[in-house]
Amino acid sequence: MATIEIDKVSKVYHGNVPAVSEVDIKITDGEFIVLVGPSGCGKSTLLRMVAGLENISSGTVRIGGRIVNDVEPADRDIAMVFQNYALYPHMTVRENLAYGLKNRRTPKPEIEARVAEAARMLELGPYLDRKPRALSGGQRQRVAMGRAIVRHPSAFLFDEPLSNLDAKLRVSMRGEIKRLQRRVGTTSLYVTHDQLEAMTLADRLVVLNGGRIEQIGRPLDVYHAPASTFVASFIGSPAMNLVQGELHGSKLAIGPALIDLGDTLPTQGAVTVGFRAEDLQAVGAPVDASAQIGSATMPLRVDYVEELGSQRLVHGTLGDQTITVAMSSDAPLTSEMQVAVPLGRLHFFDAESGRRLVWSSVEPNRSTTAADLLETAR
Amino acid sequence: MKRVQFSSPLLPYLFLAPQLAVIVIFFYWPSVRAIQSSFYLEDPFGFGSTFVGFDNYLGVLLSPEYLSIARFTALFTALVTFFSLALGLLLAVKADAVIRGNAAYKTLLISVYAIAPPVAGLIGMMFFDQHIGPFVKIAAFFGWEMKVGLSYFDTAFAMIFVAVWKQIPYNFIFFLSGLQALPASVREAAAIDCRSGIKRFWTVIFPLLAPTAFFLLIINVTYALFDTFGVIDVMVKDKAANNPITLVYKVYMDGFRGNDIGGSSAQSVILMIVVFVLTVLQFRFIERRIHYT
Repeated sequence: MATIEIDKVSKVYHGNVPAVSEVDIKITDGEFIVLVGPSGCGKSTLLRMVAGLENISSGTVRIGGRIVNDVEPADRDIAMVFQNYALYPHMTVRENLAYGLKNRRTPKPEIEARVAEAARMLELGPYLDRKPRALSGGQRQRVAMGRAIVRHPSAFLFDEPLSNLDAKLRVSMRGEIKRLQRRVGTTSLYVTHDQLEAMTLADRLVVLNGGRIEQIGRPLDVYHAPASTFVASFIGSPAMNLVQGELHGSKLAIGPALIDLGDTLPTQGAVTVGFRAEDLQAVGAPVDASAQIGSATMPLRVDYVEELGSQRLVHGTLGDQTITVAMSSDAPLTSEMQVAVPLGRLHFFDAESGRRLVWSSVEPNRSTTAADLLETAR
Repeated sequence: MKRVQFSSPLLPYLFLAPQLAVIVIFFYWPSVRAIQSSFYLEDPFGFGSTFVGFDNYLGVLLSPEYLSIARFTALFTALVTFFSLALGLLLAVKADAVIRGNAAYKTLLISVYAIAPPVAGLIGMMFFDQHIGPFVKIAAFFGWEMKVGLSYFDTAFAMIFVAVWKQIPYNFIFFLSGLQALPASVREAAAIDCRSGIKRFWTVIFPLLAPTAFFLLIINVTYALFDTFGVIDVMVKDKAANNPITLVYKVYMDGFRGNDIGGSSAQSVILMIVVFVLTVLQFRFIERRIHYT
C-alpha cells in the first residue's frame, strides 16, 4: 500500500519532441487511477517510467514517499501486468507465480500459501502445473494478474492488460480487475486507450494528449464537464457533438439555429459548442414555444440512422455541421426534425484553444459517483 | 501453407531432381563407396582389391595410435565447442545490452564472419607464426617459449585457439538474433521480478535461448569434428610427426598420404557412426529439456 507521486515528470527521446511533458499526478493510497488517451499520447511511457523500465528525463517519481528515479524496477515494490501477458513460457503457472517471490527469498511455505491464495482468487487451481502455451487468452491474463497479486506490492501497474482479449472476455475481465483491486486495496495505475474501460474502472481518470494532461477527475466529472474539446470528443460514446457557433450578447447562433441563452458568457464571437448525443431530444412541432424555454432547439436534416437495439443513433446535419442524436428506438423519424438540448447541458469551449470556458453549467450535486454511493451503502 | 497443384504428378519430382542428384552423387554415393571399400584391402597401385571382412575395422580399433588420436579428438571437440559457444554467447549478450552505437558494435563483431574461412584460418595461423606471430611474442614475454608444430601441447593450444576464434562470429550471429527475438515484455517482467541480472539471465533468458543453443551445439560439434580440417592441415602439414591431429585428419593422412584406402574407409565409417550416435544422444537427452516457443 502506498501513494504514488508523479512530479513534473518529462520524457524526451534523443532530443526530439517530448513524449511526456511535465506531468503531475498525485495518487492516494488504494486509489485506482486510469491513464487514458489515444495511441502515442505518452500514457504507456509514463507508466513505464513509474515501473522503472524507462529512464525519467526530468522530474521525480515517488512511491510510498521514496524517490525511485534511480531505483531498479525490482526494488520499487511494484508489480506490472503487461498487454501480451509476458508470462515465462518455459515455466508452469505455479513457477510463473512463484518466480518473483523466490527471487526475493520469501520462505517456501509463505510462497506456497500466497500462490494458493492467488490461485483461489483467480480460479487458477486446475492450471497450476500447466505451461502458459496450454492456456487460453483469458487464463493467461489471469496468471499475469496472479503474478502481480502474489507479490503483495505497493502498487499495481497495468499496461493495456485487456486489449489482447476478445470483446466479451474483456468485459468480464474488466469486472474481475475492479473486484480484485477493491478486495486487495492496492494502489493501481492503469493504462488504456479504451474510454469505456477508463470510465468503468477508474476512481479518477487522467486524460492524456500529446504527452500532456488534458484533465484529471472522477469519471463522471470528466464526462459531464470535459476540460477541453479533446476530452469532450474522447470520453463518452458516441463522441460529444462539437459545432462552431457565434456569440452575440446572450444570443448564440449555430448555423441556422438562433438560441437565447438568457445570460451572457465571458466571451463573444466565435465559440465551440458541445452537447452530448444523449442530451438531445426530438421535439414535435417546428415552433414549440414550451420546448424553447430553458433549452436550445435546432433543426436537423437526417442523413442516416444506426440502430443499436436499445437506442438509435441519428446522424444528420445542422446547417453545414454534422451532429449525432441518440434517440429511443421507438421515437418517430422524419427526414427533417427539430432537436432540443437543455441549456444546462451545453458546453462552451474556446474556438482557438479548445479549453472549456464555463464551468458553472455543471450542476453542483451531480458529482456524486456510483462509487460514492457504494461507499455510503457500506 | 500454400498448396500448389501440378498438372502432372511427376512434375514436382522433376523440379526436385537437381537437388536430389547433388545429394546422391556427392553425399550418399561416397558414403556407400566408403562402406564398401572398408571391407576390402585395396592394392595401393589400383591393381584390384581383396575382401577382408572386418579386418580393417579391427586394425583401426586395436591400434594404440588411433585410440590416442580419438582421445585427443574428443578433448578437442569438447573444448572448441564449449569455448566457441560460451564466447559467442558472452559477446552476443554484451552487444545486445549496448544501447549507444550498438549498430557499430554488431557490425564489427559480425563482419569477422564475412571473411572467407581459409583467409580467417590463415590469419589465425599468422598469430602463432614462429617468427612474426604476435601471440608467440606475448607468450615469450610471460616466459612461455611457444613452438607451434614442434611441441605437442603448443600445437594443440594453437589449433584449439584458432578453431574457436573462427567459429565465434557464427555463434555470435545466432545468439544475437535469438536474443533479439525474445519478447521485450518477458525480459521486462523478469526485470521487475528479479533484481540480479545474472540470475535473470540463467532463469529466464537462457532457457528461452535454449533452442538456438541446442542448434548451435550440434553445428559446433560437427564443426569441431570435420570443418577444422583446414586449420589442422595448415598447422601440422610438413611438420614433425609428433603433432596432435583429429580423426578426420587421420582419415585423410591414411587414405591419401598412406594410400591405405581400406583402413581409411573403415575410419570414416567409424566416424560416421560416432557422429550419428552423438546426434541421436543430443536429441534424446538435451532436446527433451528445451522449450520451443
